[in-house]
Amino acid sequence: MENRIEELLEKHSHSRRDSLIPILQEIQEEVGYLSEEAIILVGRHLDIPTSKIYGLATFYNQFKFEPKGSFHIEVCHGTACHMFGAVSIIDIIEKKLKIKAGQATRNGKYSLEVVPCIGACAQSPVISINGEFYSNLTVETLKIILAELIGE
Amino acid sequence: MSEQEYKNNIKYFLENVLVSDPSGYSKEVESRLESFRRNRISKPIIYLGVTSSSVCAGALGVKKAIEEYIYTNQAGIELVIVGSLGLCSDEPMVDVQLPGKNRVVFKKVTTNDIPTILDGVLNRFVPTEMALGQYRHKNLEPWQDIPFLDELPFFAEQKRIILANCGVIDPNSIFDYMAFGGYRALAKALRNYTYDEICTLVEQSGLRGRGGGGYPTGTKWRKALQVATDQRYMICNADESDPGAFVYRLLMESDPHRIVEGLIISAYAIGASKAIIYTRNSNNLTVERIERAISQAYEVGVLGHNILDSGINIDISVRKGPGAYVCGEETALIRSIEGKRGMPTVKPPYPTEQGLFGKPTVVNNVETIANISSIILNGVNWFASIGSENSKGTKIFSVSGKVNRTSAIELPMGSPLSKIIEVVGGVINDGKLKAIHIGGPSGFSALPNELDIPIDFDKMKEVGLAMGSGGIQVLDNTVCVIDMVKYFMYFIQKESCGKCIPCREGSRRMLEILQNISKRPINENGHNTLERFKGVIHLESLAEVMRDTSLCGLGQTAPNPVLSTLKLFRDEYEEHIFDRKCKAGVCRDLRTFYIDIDKCTGCTACAKKCPTNAIIGTPRSPYFVVEDKCIGCGICEEVCKFSAVNFK
Repeated sequence: MENRIEELLEKHSHSRRDSLIPILQEIQEEVGYLSEEAIILVGRHLDIPTSKIYGLATFYNQFKFEPKGSFHIEVCHGTACHMFGAVSIIDIIEKKLKIKAGQATRNGKYSLEVVPCIGACAQSPVISINGEFYSNLTVETLKIILAELIGE
Repeated sequence: MSEQEYKNNIKYFLENVLVSDPSGYSKEVESRLESFRRNRISKPIIYLGVTSSSVCAGALGVKKAIEEYIYTNQAGIELVIVGSLGLCSDEPMVDVQLPGKNRVVFKKVTTNDIPTILDGVLNRFVPTEMALGQYRHKNLEPWQDIPFLDELPFFAEQKRIILANCGVIDPNSIFDYMAFGGYRALAKALRNYTYDEICTLVEQSGLRGRGGGGYPTGTKWRKALQVATDQRYMICNADESDPGAFVYRLLMESDPHRIVEGLIISAYAIGASKAIIYTRNSNNLTVERIERAISQAYEVGVLGHNILDSGINIDISVRKGPGAYVCGEETALIRSIEGKRGMPTVKPPYPTEQGLFGKPTVVNNVETIANISSIILNGVNWFASIGSENSKGTKIFSVSGKVNRTSAIELPMGSPLSKIIEVVGGVINDGKLKAIHIGGPSGFSALPNELDIPIDFDKMKEVGLAMGSGGIQVLDNTVCVIDMVKYFMYFIQKESCGKCIPCREGSRRMLEILQNISKRPINENGHNTLERFKGVIHLESLAEVMRDTSLCGLGQTAPNPVLSTLKLFRDEYEEHIFDRKCKAGVCRDLRTFYIDIDKCTGCTACAKKCPTNAIIGTPRSPYFVVEDKCIGCGICEEVCKFSAVNFK
C-alpha cells in the first residue's frame, strides 16, 4: 500500500497546502480509506504536521479512517427520504447487521453509512449497495433486499 | 465522430457560428445547425435522460436494454444521452425522434417497455398511448393524439430560460450546446465589452445572487474589480449540500457548458485569470460531466490561452469539496480550497477584498452563473423585463416531499408561491396541503393561505420568509413538523463547524429540547419533566440568541425552521408537550399502540416480547394494550404476523 501512496504523491511534487485535500481524496479513492501510514506519508511530503492533517480530515464527511466492508451500504437521509421513512430504514439495517451507521461488521463484509441527500428525491427512500441503487423502498422490500444480500 | 471530423466541426463553429448574430446566419449555416440540433436527421434517434436522479430510478438498466436491442436487431437507431427535463418523478425518460417527425417523450420507461417502443421506431410509429408529450418544431410534422410538451400543465406555467437545454441536448457534447446558441454570449462579451461594461450590464440587469442572500451580482463583481492586484479569483459555488435540493446537480449534469460559459464570462468581468468550480465529491456524474465540459471548452478554444483571439487567458479547475455543509458559506469555501478546515471567518474583510490566498475573490453560485450568458446574449432590457420590480429573472426550485411531481421547476420571479404547487401537481394521494417549507435547514415554512406571496427577495423577507437556495418541501398531514424541524436541527448540529459557541452549543441544545418533547419521560415526577418544560420555555429565546450572535449564515439561519414552525404550528408543539400526542403518528416514542380485535388471534407473540408487560389477555382470544404502560417501542407491531397491532 505504501508504494501506491508514494506513487500518488510523486504526481504532486512541489505542491503546497492547497493540494492537501485533493491528495487525501486521491488516496482515499485508491485505497478506500486514510490509514495512519498514509497520513504520515502525506505529512512528510507536504511538510505539514500529521496532527493538522488529521484535524482537517476529521472535519470533512468524506474522509474515512477505517476500510469499508466488501458490501458498502449507503442510506440517503435527505429531507425527502426522511419524510418517507429513512429513519426506520436505517434502524432495520442497523438491527439486521448489528452495526451502527459509520461502522463495518467485524468480518469486514458489510459496512453502513448514512449520507446526506444524494439528490434522488423523487425515488425516496433510496439506498445504494456498492453503487447500485434501490429506490422507493418499503420495509418489506428492504427486508427482501437484505435477506438476499446476507444470503439467507 | 472521428478526430478529423471533430476538428472540422470545431473550425466550422468558430468560423461560422460564433461570429455573427443569429439573424445574420446564412441558409447554409442554419440548415447545418438544424442537423446539429438533430432536427434534420436521416435515421431515427432515441434519447435517454441520464442524471444521478434517473440513475437511481433505473436509467442504466434501460440504457443497457436499448443498446442490446439495437445490437441484436442491427437496428439503425442512434442512442443519444441527454440530461433531465426536471420532471424527476417521471424518470427514466426516453425520447424518440423519427426523421421529419417531432420528438416524442415517454415517461417512467422500464426495460420491458423498450422492445415496444423500439419495435415501433423501426416501423416508423410511436406507441401513442405511452407518450408523455411531444416537442414543438415549426418544420417537423407533429404526431396526432400526443399533446405538445409546452401545453402540459407542468411545462406550460414554467419559464424555462436556464433549464431551456436541460433534457434536450447531449451534455457531453459542446457542439450540441453551441448549436443551441452556446458560447455566442462569450464571443459577444469578449469582442464588444470591457470588464467594466460587463459589470455595468449585470448591474443594470438587476441580477441578484441566487444563493439565498440576494446580493446584487454586478455590485459584487465591481467591488472585486476595483481592488488593485495582480491576481483575482472567480469561484463557482456548486457545493449543494442542502438536503432536498438538487437544482445545481441537475443543471450541471444536464447543461454543464452553460455553467462553464457563464463562469468564463464572470471571470472575464472581474479580470480574473483563474476560476474554480467547487463541487460536491459524492456526485461522480456531476464531476465527470463538468470536467468533460471544461476539457472540451479547452479543445475548442473558448477557454484557456488567448480565448477566441481576444488575448484573454482564463483557466478553470474543478475542486471536489470533501463534504461539509458549512462550505456553502463563501469564506468557509475559500478556506477549504486553501486546504484548511472549512471554517468561516469574520467579515469584513469580504472575499471581494481578501479572499482566496488573500486575493480578491468573487464567489457566485451555479444558478447565478447560469444566468450570465442569457443576459449578455439577449440584453439587459430583456432580462429586466422578466420578474418583479426588485427581483429580476427566474428562479429554479427543487420541489420534493409529499408531492405528485418531485421536480425542478423554473418560474419567473413575481409569480405567487401557489404556482409552485400548481406546477408540481399538488399533494400526493389527493392529500391536504399542510404547509410548504422553503429553504431547507435554514428556511421557513408557509401555510397554504400565505401562498399568494410573490416569489421575490424583498417581499418574501417582509413576511418573514426567505428564498434560500430553492429547495422546497411540501408537507401534508402525514408529516409531523416537530419531526421535520428535529431532522433539520440534527443536520445543523452535525454540520456545525464548531468555531463559534452559539451555533455549536445552541444547535445541540435545541436538538435536545426537540428530542425531549417528542419523547415520553420515564415518569412524570422526574428531573426529565422539569428539564423538558424549562427547555421549551427557552426554545424561543435560545433561537433568537443563535440568530443574533452566530458567526456565519449557518448558525444565524439555523433557528429559522424552529422559529417559523413555533409561530405557525404552536398547537402542534403544545400537543406534543402537554398531551404527548403526535397527530401524524411520526414521533415514534409518542405512539400508543392498540390491538385490532378482529385481526388478533391471541397468538401471544406480542405479549411475550413486550418489554413493559403492557399487553394482557388470554391465549387464543384478542389481546389488549394498557395505554399507560405502553412506551411506544413498536416491538409488538414488528412481531405481529396478522397486522393486528396499529398505533394512533
